Formats: sequence, structure tokens, C-alpha cells
Amino acid sequence: MEYFIQQSINGLTLGSIYGLIAIGYTMVYGIIGMINFAHGDVFMLGAFMAMIVFLALTTFIGGVPVVLALLLMMIVAMLLTGLWSWTIERLAYRPLRGSFRLAPLITAIGMSIALSNFVQVTQGPRNKPIPPLVNGGIGIYGTNVTIAYKQMVIIIVTAILLAAFWYLVNRTTLGRAQRSCEQDRKMAALLGIDVDKTISMTFVMGAMLAAVAGTLYLMFYGVISFTDGFTPGVKAFTAAVLGGIGSLPGAVVGGLLIGLIEALWSAYFSIDYKDVAAFSILAIVLIFLPSGILGRPEVEKV
Amino acid sequence: MADTQKTGRESVFAKAVKEGLLAAALALGLFSLIVGFRTDQNIRNELVLNQRWGLLAIFVLVAGVGRFLLTAYITPWNVARNKNKRAAVEREQSTFRKSFPKIGLGLLLTYPFLVILILTAYNGSIMGGLQGSLKYVDNFGIQILIYVMLAWGLNIVVGLAGLLDLGYVAFYAVGAYSYALLSTHFGLSFWLLLPMAGIFAALWGIMLGFPVLRLRGDYLAIVTLAFGEIIRLVLINWTVVTKGTFGISGIAKATLFGIPFTPGPTGFAALLGLPNSGVYYKIFLYYLILFLALLTAWVTIRLRRMPIGRAWEALREDEIACRSLGINTTTTKLTAFATGAMFGGFAGSFFAARQGFVSPESFVFLESAIILAIVVLGGMGSLVGIAIAAAVMIGGTELLRELEFLKRIFGNDFTPELYRMLLFGLAMIVVMVWKPRGFVGNREPSAFLHKRKMVSSEFTKEGHG
Repeated sequence: MEYFIQQSINGLTLGSIYGLIAIGYTMVYGIIGMINFAHGDVFMLGAFMAMIVFLALTTFIGGVPVVLALLLMMIVAMLLTGLWSWTIERLAYRPLRGSFRLAPLITAIGMSIALSNFVQVTQGPRNKPIPPLVNGGIGIYGTNVTIAYKQMVIIIVTAILLAAFWYLVNRTTLGRAQRSCEQDRKMAALLGIDVDKTISMTFVMGAMLAAVAGTLYLMFYGVISFTDGFTPGVKAFTAAVLGGIGSLPGAVVGGLLIGLIEALWSAYFSIDYKDVAAFSILAIVLIFLPSGILGRPEVEKV
Repeated sequence: MADTQKTGRESVFAKAVKEGLLAAALALGLFSLIVGFRTDQNIRNELVLNQRWGLLAIFVLVAGVGRFLLTAYITPWNVARNKNKRAAVEREQSTFRKSFPKIGLGLLLTYPFLVILILTAYNGSIMGGLQGSLKYVDNFGIQILIYVMLAWGLNIVVGLAGLLDLGYVAFYAVGAYSYALLSTHFGLSFWLLLPMAGIFAALWGIMLGFPVLRLRGDYLAIVTLAFGEIIRLVLINWTVVTKGTFGISGIAKATLFGIPFTPGPTGFAALLGLPNSGVYYKIFLYYLILFLALLTAWVTIRLRRMPIGRAWEALREDEIACRSLGINTTTTKLTAFATGAMFGGFAGSFFAARQGFVSPESFVFLESAIILAIVVLGGMGSLVGIAIAAAVMIGGTELLRELEFLKRIFGNDFTPELYRMLLFGLAMIVVMVWKPRGFVGNREPSAFLHKRKMVSSEFTKEGHG
């Protein structure tokens, strides 16, 4: 039982990161119906930004308190990654709006290839290790279960961000504009909503969450490489589909589920096949629940 | 009149300056960290920062000046050109364009001999020509034709039936591994295993097709992606059979109906009394893959006229209408998957025979993405367009390996290979933004009344099936 709880905690930590990335996928899909394949690489870019900020802090200033360092890493990574995402949307996706369905998918795949190779060319192909930022952990009283501090950081940061994000989507003008664009883009435009701006902001918000996920990933694993965008990206997209693409709570639920499945499968069966397990469960869920766990079933008008 | 034009010109100029400055500021923000600093490991394996402000300045300058030129000169010039163009009458297709498939086919059939002739003339000896042509026949000819064949195979699934498949490389892998395993364990010949690999891949296509029949559009895409990844992960982890990431080496070569391409007395060269050279095998492989690719094209063209091909195209245009007309969508989808997968399997077994080595490294998602990109960039459903796209994208990136002269410009540290995939990704974006319908956007109708008219790309719709 203790082992199970320990593994579940590990799974939830991993799942939080997937959930943060998955929100970016699901929001973009909800509004413009496009799989943003470059999102995984935007996440990787965010982690690289955080890594460079961390190094800049230690080289130029020296001993910075960990909390402050983490905060700075997150904020700078969020801002710059948001800027990247805005530019990507402007250059590669907006010209193709209203074109046929596969066109933006192809530019997104091209962007994904270009981004990871750009980072490889500018930063070199080797893994980038950083010294551990947060050490230690606490044991739960009376058991052998321990929660590492870095796991707590991940869960707390994710919870705060999700709350802020929920507020943004449900209680602000921008959120209302986003929800209306999701329902009917043409009608929203007729009612005076700047659709292009709203879509841009959606990309920026998704990228910011991905940047935080990247920072947390870097803090948790202590290493990042230019290829690290693909697998978390695909898993997060899997999470978004599993939860029901287009649904924001679905993305979080899907992310947590994928994280749990991965951790528990590695713990009880075989660590080699953990990705196979995640993908198989995706296929099985979709076969029986074609619109995901929390997604609305697609109604087709003839 | 002249005055208003001048002020118009000046306002364009002012706008260009403003946009150029904005672009420069944006580039400064984007590249400040990722280009301005480079992280490298020192001796103790710790990361250290190196500052590269000069490079950052170049990036910012290029962005600013580029944007300025674009707004000030290129866009007005383009607008003026388009205005003239619209006045021109719609032109009849030129003879070159009409007979392009025939010219291309002739070129493809004679390509190895053309290369050998040119190189013989260049080097002054036949042996020099033969050895020199190895690289061109292998790296350009065979490599491009493999992608042409794969893209034509995927075209059946994506272009004709409108089913978005992101895991096509899985069938390529099934074909390659079935040849590799059956030939190393049982010693079966290439000609026996080629159809078997195709059948295995087709069976996998049906197996994967069954569960995803109910899924549509992007759900289908993600599940096929997942299947592609599952097959790759199984190939990596099932080490007892597949030897994992080490891969299977020493796979038997293909033979010309029993005549091996070996230097011995029974070999091809000795039998025909030709000087020994590895180039015959490459030329043989070239014609083999050309034959396989043309077979794919021929089957596609024939199938399009048959009821099943029309059912695929109907499925792509509108699934509900298709079903209400009494077409069995289950068998239609499954045959599309199986036919596409079969050609992937053929290409896979050819790949294994050519390389003599297979490993899961060759079957990553990137390959699926490249094949899909070729199909879409070529204009979905157009065989000629797809062939052009494959030649441009694969040939272009292969050419980068040959650009030795760039070293003289940028110094010896410059390796063009490093930029291969970066440029490939950027090219995908640029081509797609420039021609969203692909190189050949028009489509030939499969059914017509009296006269065959090209269907403009505006009228063709890609289904959500």
C-alpha cells in the first residue's frame, strides 16, 4: 500500500507537468481545430530558456535564493516563450487560416522540426545538466512514504496556475472572448470580438503554461536536451485527447491519468513498456469513448 | 497626381521603417537568450555560459532589414505584379506541362546511364564514371525514389480516402523487419519475401484499421500516431527477437532472379564479363525501386477508376453522403488502410535489402511526418506533384551534404549537414504558406462528362473522415 501511494505521488507529479502542456493543446484545438504539433517543442524551448536564465543568475549574480531563482526562471521563460509562440502563430499558422485542414498541420510539423533543430544548432546537441535546485523531502508520519520538496513545488505551482487560469478563462473579458470564439468564430467576430487577437492570446497562454511545465521539468529531472520536446509533447497531446480535446478540465484529468498510468505501470509491470501502456490505454479509451472522458460528443449537422 | 503618389510612397516607407524596427525588437526578444548565450560543458561537466552578442546582432539586423525590405519594396512590387496578372487571360496548359509525366518517366528510366555517361566524360575513364556515379545513383536516385514510393502509398490513405494517418512509418517498419527476420532466420529469398512483407504490412493495416474505424479526423490521426510509436517501442524493447536498438545486421542482398551481385565467379559481373564494381548492384536497386514505385502509381491510377477507388474519393468528400448512398464505409476504409500499408511494406522490405541493416532508429515519427509532408506539399492526390515534392524536399536536403564550397565562405567549422533538418522544417513552412494546395493543386476528375476538365483546387475538399 505504501509503495502504491508513493508511486501515485510520483505519477501525480509527472501528470501535473503533462496536464500543463496538455492545456495548450486543448485550448488551441478548441478554438481553431488544429493540432499544434510544435507545442511540445515550445515546451522544450521554455525549459531551455529557464536553464539559460538559471545559468545567467549563477554566473552574473552568484548565490540567489532558490525561491527567487525559480520565480525568475519561470517568469522570464513564460514571457519569452509566449513571445515565441506569438511569432510562430503569426508567421506559420495565421496565413493559413481558412485554408484546408491539413495545411496548418503540416506547417506545425515543419515548425516542430525547425524549432528542435534550431535549438540543436544554437545550443549544441549534448544534454544540458544543471545542479539540483531543490533537495530533500518530508516523510508522511507513520509511513515510509516520502514526498520530495521538488514534487511539492510542482504540485503547488500547478495548482496555483490552474486556479489563475480558471479565473482567466471564466471570469475575464479575454476568457469570455476565447469561449465565444470556441463556440462560433464567425458569430463572435460579428459581435465585435477581435478573433485574430483572441487566437494569438490563446497561443501565448498555452505557451506560457508550457514554459512553466518546462521549468518544472528541468527542476525535476535536472537535465534537458533538444530532443526532449517530442515525447512529453506526444504524451501531453495524448492526455488532451484522453480527457476530451477542447475541454480544459479534461486536459488536466487526462494529464494526471497519463502520469498515473505511466508511474504505476513502471512500478508494477515493466519500465520498458510504460509508453506502450500509455498509448494503448489511449487507443482503448478512444475506441469505447470516442470523444474522450470529459469531451462533448461531436454532433454532426447534415 | 504625382504629389499623392509621392506621399503614398513616403507613407509606405515610414510604415516600412516602423515595421522593420518592430521586427528587430521582436527578434531581440526572441533570440536574446537562445542565441545570445551558448551553454557548453566544461571539464567538470558543468554548464558554462558563453556570450555571443555578435551573432545576436546579426540575427536582429537580418530580421529588421528583412522586414523593412519586405514592406517597402517586395509587397508593393508583388501587388503590382498580381494586378497585371489578373488582367491576363487564363492560359492553356503549356505542352511542357502536359507532357511532363512522359518526360519525367523517360528521365527516370535513363537516369543511371545519364549519370555514368556524364561522369565518364568528366573523368575520362569508364571506371571513374562507374565509381563516381555510385553516390548519385544511391544517395539521390534510390533515396528519393524510396520516399516517392512511400508518399504514393500514403497518398492512397490520405489523398484518396481522406484518412489522416500519422503512423505510416509503422508499416514501413513491419515490411523491413519481416524481410530482415525471415531472411536471416530462414534464408528465404528477396523475391519471395517481397510479396510476403507486403501481405504482412497489409494485415497490420487491417488490424490497426479495425479499432479506429469509428474515429474521425484528428482522433484518427492521434491513434495512428500512437500505433506508430507502439510498434517502434516494441521493436526497441522486444530484444529477444529484434535485438533492440542494436538492430539486425547482415541482411541478405537482393538477387537478380537468383544471380547474386557478388565479386565471385557466379556473380553478375563475371557472368556478363564486366569489370568488377559495386555499382551494378546500385543500378539494379535503382531499377527495382523505380519498378516498385511505378507499380504503386499504376495501381493507384487503375484503382481510381474502379468502384473501390471511387468509393474512397466519395468517402473523402463526405462520409455521411457516402454512407447514405449505400457504400460500406467499413470495407472502404479497411481496404484503403490495407492497400496503403501494403506498399509501405514493399518499400520497407526494399529498404532492408538495400541497407543490409535495420534498427528502430529508422522508423521514428519524423519519418511519418516527412512522408505526410511530401504528400501534402505535392498536392494531395496528384502523383506528379508528390514526385516533384519528394525530389525537391529529399533531394534538396541531400544536396546540402554536397555543399563543400560553403566551408570556404564560413570557415572550416561550418558543417552544412547540421542545418539539413532545420532547413527542411523551414522549407515545409515556406512552401505551405506560399502554396497551401501544394505544387500541383489542380485535380484530374476521375469521372467526367464528354470532356476532362481540371478541377480547380478551390472546389476540392478534404474530408474529415
